[in-house]
Amino acid sequence: MLDLMSGFVVELRNAGLPVSLTENLDAMEAITHIPIEDRDAFKYALAATLVKNEQHWKAFETVFEVYFSLRGPEYSVGDEDGDGEWDENDLEEWMRQMQQQQGQGGPGSGEDMSPEEIAEMLFKALMDANEAMMQAMARAAVTQFAGMEPGRPVGGTYYLYRTLRNLDLDGMLDRLMDESMDRLENDPTQLQERLQKEEFENRIEQLKREIEAEIRRRLVADRGVEAMAKTLRKPLPEDVDFMHASREEMANIRKAIQPLTRKLAARLARKRKHKRRGPLDFRATVRRSLSYGGVPAEPRFRNPRPNKPELIVVADISGSVAAFARFTLHLVYALQNQFSKVRSFVFIDGLDEVTHMFQNEEDITNAVHRVNTEADVVWVDGHSDYGHAFSVFWENFGHEVNSKSTVMFLGDARNNYHATNAWIIKETQKKARSVFWLNPEPRSYWDTGDSVISEYSTHCDGTFECRNLRQLEGFVDHLA
Amino acid sequence: MGETTFNDLASVRDGLKSVDYLADDGIASVVFLAEKLGKPVLVEGPAGTGKTELAKSVASMTDSRLIRLQCYEGLDEAKALYEWNYKKQLLRIQADRGTESAEDWTELQDDIFNDEFLLTRPLLEAISAEEKVVLLIDEVDRVEIETEALLLEILSDYQVSIPELGTIEASQIPLVFLTSNNTRELSEALKRRCLFLHIDYPQLDREKEIVVTKVEGITDNLAEQVARIVRSIRQLELKKSPSVSETIDWARTLVLLGIENIDIETAKESLHILLKYQSDIEKTAKELTLEA
Repeated sequence: MLDLMSGFVVELRNAGLPVSLTENLDAMEAITHIPIEDRDAFKYALAATLVKNEQHWKAFETVFEVYFSLRGPEYSVGDEDGDGEWDENDLEEWMRQMQQQQGQGGPGSGEDMSPEEIAEMLFKALMDANEAMMQAMARAAVTQFAGMEPGRPVGGTYYLYRTLRNLDLDGMLDRLMDESMDRLENDPTQLQERLQKEEFENRIEQLKREIEAEIRRRLVADRGVEAMAKTLRKPLPEDVDFMHASREEMANIRKAIQPLTRKLAARLARKRKHKRRGPLDFRATVRRSLSYGGVPAEPRFRNPRPNKPELIVVADISGSVAAFARFTLHLVYALQNQFSKVRSFVFIDGLDEVTHMFQNEEDITNAVHRVNTEADVVWVDGHSDYGHAFSVFWENFGHEVNSKSTVMFLGDARNNYHATNAWIIKETQKKARSVFWLNPEPRSYWDTGDSVISEYSTHCDGTFECRNLRQLEGFVDHLA
Repeated sequence: MGETTFNDLASVRDGLKSVDYLADDGIASVVFLAEKLGKPVLVEGPAGTGKTELAKSVASMTDSRLIRLQCYEGLDEAKALYEWNYKKQLLRIQADRGTESAEDWTELQDDIFNDEFLLTRPLLEAISAEEKVVLLIDEVDRVEIETEALLLEILSDYQVSIPELGTIEASQIPLVFLTSNNTRELSEALKRRCLFLHIDYPQLDREKEIVVTKVEGITDNLAEQVARIVRSIRQLELKKSPSVSETIDWARTLVLLGIENIDIETAKESLHILLKYQSDIEKTAKELTLEA
């Protein structure tokens, strides 16, 4: 057990989860209080002691499934052939039970089950929300459709895709809907229909998870735990690259931005709390010195001027940074809620102010949509031209940059070989409190091809690679 | 630690159920472990999913006194741990004045720094209590990161050090629950000392069960509908998704109005109970009518 546990912890660390020694010890103690046969309780006990961040839960679950899948009570260890056999037996048993329930005949062996039969059984399982049945069908479907070959070096997603394609779950959903609507005596209201549909969608989602788990289990049986754990390792939410985030990952990132902007605002506010003293107040010092017989024994200082940070965000939203731009807009929106004064600009080769679009909009999706459709950012051809965009910025808004403003540029500085107009950044830096540049590209790509980042960055107070939440957080930390 | 309160997982679940709190497996396991390991539990999750309720239920299940510390920005030692009752100390000094000389000074000093002049605040109270207690530290994410450090000693060693008196150790280990709405990341040091429990919106079946338990006179059918509609609304992208407590409120309203079947009109008219932002209400009303 000790070996097993330490192996598990190593695997968690490999997946990027921070597990400390004390947490490890806690986990060890926790499992002595839990009946090991109870797989769920075992899992929760480990999770409660080892995972301290809700966003890491998914990563933990994957590792857990892989690591303990072969060691669970329902699977015998070793013997890979036996594993397959077991499935068939299980299936047969299900078939028999089904026949008894339904009272209808039919071929009873799992091996010669036709796709139609599988579909039929699956339909019934989904209709009645019979979970055990759904699990059995997931197994049957994987056996039948995935065409898994031992030792073939393809990922689980490939098998998953093959299985799902053959099951035609969209068609299944329609059939389920028709069937359930027929069962109702009176006409269903719109609401009922909608709710029913969601219920089925939910069940199908569950089935997909079931199938995925089944495929994973078989792959583990085929390749072994360590190899599998490696292929399944996915980046944690804070390490997901903005440029290549999937929709689901993007939603997670969005959720994480909110606290981050609050932190950013708090950091800037804290600065003024810590620095309590302003410059020497000569008049007050002289006045105070009278009580010491004219000796300025107790110097007085001016109260520091409350420092209301103004933020100016200038963001590239061109195609080359499309994914990043989406994130950028969310960041800008979140910032706008935290700072008293934020002005936001977007550009491609032209530049437009979008502050008002964020201000009057309650809903971020609407705001982003408006920015993408209404902002006047195309000047000639809609290819990035940083130089021209900056000159527009300088001409129209340059006079509004002052010693209170922090200016943030977001973009990859891929200028399509246009003039850079880096002098504008230089002038901006002279006037502004600080100028930062966040670049969504990996540092190794900087200044390759048409990237002119270093021409700009020489005039910035800081240039940061900002590809994931961790790096963004690093930037926020740097500010403090 | 001594004797244990729970025998196994099932007894935790049943116990919580007997005080009208429906725990899922995760919640039950963590509560069980917290008691066994003598560790605090950090409960995280969206607002209104029953985090505070869990602590209350555990208290009433184990017949313990609930001591609650509500956190807020600016919370300090004097309000969380202990404070010297300096007015009383002053009186004590004044009462002595004139009677005796400087020799009594040390005696007096010993005298004014003892239990009699100590005002206990929630944390110290939980530690020094004789009977069983459940300590609830609510919304711990509201205090500044520096103030968190204040909790560390009590959470890991169940003791409080008072410079003038020495260290006060707990006579019994209290069950400690910390809740957080995750508005900021808590410090590693704090997290490391706790068991972690994330309570999310409940699954359909559990939510329905909660509604049936908490709302008197609701039919099974209505509860099912309520749970389904709420799940449907939670899938929309809203500023604030309806919480469990709001679901319960909504179900109560529907029962009071004598509604048996929810149609779109009723749903729309009572949305304001479920949702707290005008933009959310408008969006949901639109979505519900539009798509089917």
